[in-house]
Amino acid sequence: MSAEAETPPPEPVFGAPWHAQVFALTVHLHTRGAFSWTDWAQMLGAVLAEHGLNKELDGGDDYFLAWVSALEQICARQGLADAATLQTLKAQWAAAYRDTPHGAPVHL
Amino acid sequence: MRGMGAAQPAKIPPEAGKSRAARAAGRKAGLPCGARLGHGLIMPHDHADPDHAQAHLPSDPALRVKALETLLERKGLIDPAALDAIIDTYAHKIGPQNGARVVAKAWRDPDFARALDEDATAVCAELGFYGRQGEHVVALRNTPDCHNMVVCTLCSCYPWPLLGIPPGWYKSDAYRSRAVREPRKVLAEFGVALAPDQSVRVWDSTAEIRYLVIPMRPEGTEGWDEEALAALVTRDSMIGTGLARTPQ
Repeated sequence: MSAEAETPPPEPVFGAPWHAQVFALTVHLHTRGAFSWTDWAQMLGAVLAEHGLNKELDGGDDYFLAWVSALEQICARQGLADAATLQTLKAQWAAAYRDTPHGAPVHL
Repeated sequence: MRGMGAAQPAKIPPEAGKSRAARAAGRKAGLPCGARLGHGLIMPHDHADPDHAQAHLPSDPALRVKALETLLERKGLIDPAALDAIIDTYAHKIGPQNGARVVAKAWRDPDFARALDEDATAVCAELGFYGRQGEHVVALRNTPDCHNMVVCTLCSCYPWPLLGIPPGWYKSDAYRSRAVREPRKVLAEFGVALAPDQSVRVWDSTAEIRYLVIPMRPEGTEGWDEEALAALVTRDSMIGTGLARTPQ
């Protein structure tokens, strides 16, 4: 078998823009001292374990879903972002997307 | 197990510029709706309904991330430009090519290999490969007697500065649970058959220690330069779920 035949096709680094966004947010907050990386790994590990109780996680979208939950929780714990405000902002973003014509930039 | 072994995720075709009908046909065929962002970064769209007359409503997690970002930005806790820079770095500048250089140097230079054994963190930092998730790197040299393989059973700790962002299978429950329990079987699914007398050692990464496997140098590469050798070093060979390529 030739070496070339074994080369897999390139995989995208991030599967979706929000994967990249939540990843960058986490790295950035850590860099700014919002939490230690050990605390982050523990939080992510705990959320992954919880999400994996009822189904097998495939490491793609479901992995980053756990990442989003873990970041929300660690931000809440550190007093950076509370659940109620996040819920309100999420609804406002959804409304903004619904009310903006296709092609126009979406703002809150 | 999805995504494990030789079966890699389907290549996502760049579809930016394609007609809506073509994209719809792609969706029907089960292909992700892909868009090319920046130079060469391929991502599927986030939106739920591409035929909607209004702006596309992003998926639920995408909206949660936007909400978090908005709140943190209003509190002055984040700098949006820094976020873009982080994404650009991890999407384009950091990847297995960094680790491959370290491996190629170790193959060519016994002194370098010895220094790597003693303090891989310092040696990699000297080459410019340092930063988050690279604070403490340990190099594991494969030998005819022992094959090394890396996993993170807790989450997905990985030597980012050397290998970039981990592949999906590395983060999957299947790999995380089975790598420790039945490494030979997992290796076989990756197409790696070890000699019966070669032992397998599985290393569990943590938030403090990340590992880089130094695969065995393929035969028939005597006298090769660093660049040619680095081209034989695959990402999987540095995780331990593959071997270095053999020259044709």
